[in-house]
Amino acid sequence: MASGQLFSRSSQALFYNYKQSPIQRMLDFDFLCGRDTPSVAGIINPGSDGFQKLFFGQEEIAIPVHGAIAAACKAHPTADVFINFASFRSAFASSMEALQQSTIRVVAIIAEGVPEGDAKKLIAYARANNKVVIGPATVGGIQAGAFKIGDTAGTLDNIVACKLYRPGSVGFVSKSGGMSNEMYNVLARVTDGLYEGIAIGGDAYPGSTLSDHVLRYNNIPQIKLIVVLGELGGRDEYSLVEALQQGLVKKPVVAWVSGTCATLFKSEVQFGHAGAKSGGEMESAQAKNNALKLAGAIVPASFEHFEQAIKETYDGLVKDKVIVPVESTKPPTVPEDLNVAIKNGRVRAPTHIVSTICDDRGEEPTYAGVPMSTIIEKDFGLGDVISLLWFKRSLPRYCTKFIEMCIMLCADHGPCVSGAHNTIVTSRAGKDLVSCLVSGLLTIGPRFGGAIDDAARYFKEAYDKGLSPDAFVESMKKRGIRVPGIGHRIKSRDNRDKRVELLQKYARTHFPSVRYMEYAVTVENYTLSKAANLVLNVDGCIGSLFLDLLVSCSMFNQQEIDEIIEIGYLNGLFVLARSIGLIGHTFDQKRLKQPLYRHPWEDVLYTKY
Amino acid sequence: MARKKIREYNSKRLLKEHLKRLAGIDLDIKSAQVNEKTDFTALADAEPWLNTSRLVVKPDMLFGKRGKSGLVALNLDLSGVEAFVKERLGKEVEMQGCKGPITTFIVEPFVPHDDEYYLSIVSERLGTAVSFSECGGIEIEENWDKVKTVVVPTEKTLDSELIAPLIATLPLEVRPVIEQFLQGVFSVYIDLDFTLLEMNPFTLVNGTPYPLDMRGELDDTAAFKQFKKWGGVEFPLPFGRTMSPAEEKIHQLDEKTGASLKLTILNPKGRIWTMVAGGGASVIYADTVGDLGYADELGNYAEYSGAPNEQETLHYARSLIDVATANPDGRPRALLIGGGIANFTDVAATFSGIIRALREKQAQLKAANMQIYVRRGGPNYQKGLQKMRELGEELGISIEVYGPEATMTGICKQAIDHVKVTA
Repeated sequence: MASGQLFSRSSQALFYNYKQSPIQRMLDFDFLCGRDTPSVAGIINPGSDGFQKLFFGQEEIAIPVHGAIAAACKAHPTADVFINFASFRSAFASSMEALQQSTIRVVAIIAEGVPEGDAKKLIAYARANNKVVIGPATVGGIQAGAFKIGDTAGTLDNIVACKLYRPGSVGFVSKSGGMSNEMYNVLARVTDGLYEGIAIGGDAYPGSTLSDHVLRYNNIPQIKLIVVLGELGGRDEYSLVEALQQGLVKKPVVAWVSGTCATLFKSEVQFGHAGAKSGGEMESAQAKNNALKLAGAIVPASFEHFEQAIKETYDGLVKDKVIVPVESTKPPTVPEDLNVAIKNGRVRAPTHIVSTICDDRGEEPTYAGVPMSTIIEKDFGLGDVISLLWFKRSLPRYCTKFIEMCIMLCADHGPCVSGAHNTIVTSRAGKDLVSCLVSGLLTIGPRFGGAIDDAARYFKEAYDKGLSPDAFVESMKKRGIRVPGIGHRIKSRDNRDKRVELLQKYARTHFPSVRYMEYAVTVENYTLSKAANLVLNVDGCIGSLFLDLLVSCSMFNQQEIDEIIEIGYLNGLFVLARSIGLIGHTFDQKRLKQPLYRHPWEDVLYTKY
Repeated sequence: MARKKIREYNSKRLLKEHLKRLAGIDLDIKSAQVNEKTDFTALADAEPWLNTSRLVVKPDMLFGKRGKSGLVALNLDLSGVEAFVKERLGKEVEMQGCKGPITTFIVEPFVPHDDEYYLSIVSERLGTAVSFSECGGIEIEENWDKVKTVVVPTEKTLDSELIAPLIATLPLEVRPVIEQFLQGVFSVYIDLDFTLLEMNPFTLVNGTPYPLDMRGELDDTAAFKQFKKWGGVEFPLPFGRTMSPAEEKIHQLDEKTGASLKLTILNPKGRIWTMVAGGGASVIYADTVGDLGYADELGNYAEYSGAPNEQETLHYARSLIDVATANPDGRPRALLIGGGIANFTDVAATFSGIIRALREKQAQLKAANMQIYVRRGGPNYQKGLQKMRELGEELGISIEVYGPEATMTGICKQAIDHVKVTA
């Protein structure tokens, strides 16, 4: 155990297990104190390397992240404090490894619930190797104006209010982390403030004890007054009693041991701290307070009088000129974090993303305001979900059924079409599902599957203008555009596309009006007079029927309909539908363990022109 | 939560199983557990020795001095054991100032013996103390000067050199077997994360050690790595500590969360109730009420820490308020929602669950004539305190609210004045 200073204004730590908030609080404290270097030299996050961005005052800095303890110690040989935020499960192994590093002098263990046997091994190793363990089950400690462990002393406001950004004259040690922060506040009220404070942790066997730190404070010249807050349970306070009896502590010690209430409990009680267990006269607060008092410590009558006892002792030291109170300085202002300022309503900032179709913040997710439970309980279909997420309204069931039919009919069209072919080739190249899917999807466009929107666009334009089918077809011809939605490679007048027939039959039965589709049929009649394969194809059929759906359900205004066609909603139907088939082709090829596809030479015409 | 006593039955079960594994020593321990659910016929089928041996029966309730208290019956047959148990099961006894019913017994073969050895192993900060005496048994305290103790430093084993002073005075013919036994028990102690293990006494049967009476404590924070070896060990409540429904509820809540939620009812008719954040601060609030002379009015000890979420604090506060407001008698009561200055816990967030509970229990709080005092600091405390002030106005209940500018325990005095003046 070190016998004097553990920390200084240039101390640097390695921080085990990345936790943004305590590290940022350490760096903010550094800035308040006017430190030149950040107190965290490196972060250890098992298995990952790189860096983390954090603020040092106004500036953003990158702190290196290491995957292993030894590597971090090697990279930062002057960092001698190890702050361990590992869980109680892994705290022992990581702390032991840290103690074994020659560069590490102090290990602080935050986790609560480290097994006693493990803690004892750390204690034994630290003693044999002259190292210091603070904790387990602690918030850590702080040297005012110099170095702070993790979350110690809480918020910046509190650090400023307790004047912890500059050293005072009091050395403080307690078991409880929460109470140490409370006591920093008390010390700021009645003395010139804290020099150093350590919370040793609430366990039965803390890595370092109250007396270890009191003896250390005795050797630190800047500390003039020592304040100790003990607790019932354990015999730790008696080593302090011994040290006092032996005259090893030359500075006044004001002490209080909490837990006088334990006598109120009829059976054995485990208080909040593991080490705070009633039972055993020697371990009672009363016995320890008496022993400390007899050994020469200043012990008040109750916690209520603790502050007064500290004040009187401090005032005496000032009167005797042992303490010359530190002048108060004004610390710099640490810029506030945006999220904190927003939370407290002090600033406003524009959002960067807008979303209108769904909300996942409440008790259950909603689609266009409809909660998930309604969707399931009311037996909504896929078409209803599409209607909510794409059109932000609940369309009548005949419409959503039509959407479902479109998806079912377009889900696949054999292995030879370009999308499926690409997917098959990709799958056979050993690629993952998403790669296979998108390589197929990427073929969808003006020539493959992308004609629904265009068909709708041109049919609508022509119908709304009142163009006769022949005038429409001829005007398109003049513009050099093939009429989208008309024509099929195989299907013809006498061999109609079954899918088109099914959709037309459904729409004629269920839609209030099918005028766009009927217009498309008149166009088809005209084109069929030119060539037998210029039939209304599935794209043209869906495109025209979707116009009928949008218009006849009277849930969309004209502007909305134009927008839907313009943005390309209808191709979305094809993309969604065909994804089903493409995923099927991917799995099919993988299940069949098909080898890499290579196109045969014989099937390529090699030529210069 | 650290050291937990286990039943003698489990201590012996663990010793037998692991002494064989770790030291190759096969102890002829037979024991059976008996409680209100026991069917003696089924038990005798499973443990046939119960019908063929003379038996010993005693309560297995984590208290000692059973022999001195006349709670041990020797040399019975199984029907004698059954009668002994029937007469005492569920009956309240008082042991060392704690009253409670006897619920569990241990039954073992009756072993006539002459030698009574004492062994205890206890954890210390820098090692493990092993104490041994050849004058064990019921008079051990009178013979304490004959107990020899060595401390085995952490990470060392109980080797021949360390053990020598313990067994130096034993007759040569038993020395090796006792040395091996002590070393074996020590290795079980370390391997299973015991924090205390005591045999008073153990004896030798046909030259083999046999623990007659045994107690043990395990470090339950080691459960995450020991649960297999411990094999579903039970951690009973300390003798005499029965839980009220509210305590039971919060105990269960505590077991399920990573946070800490504690409630102990001290006096259901008390008029000062506490709900305090932090292991250290909660003790000091209870202390202060006692130090100010109002210990008998203190209703409970309560502590929450480790950033419980809103749902957890809601359930916690609900149960606590129910107990604190029970049986209103028109006389004033006080609830202290206290705490120090938190390091990292968001005060407004932890208060939101408490505030919901207070709002729900508005009528109960009014009926109980409850005055509420709040003191807290830490991250976001201004917002938390503001919400508490607003709640007071909203509910029409007096809530006095203080931050870090006030002393932590100042509200104890106020609460006392409130229940005192208007009493």
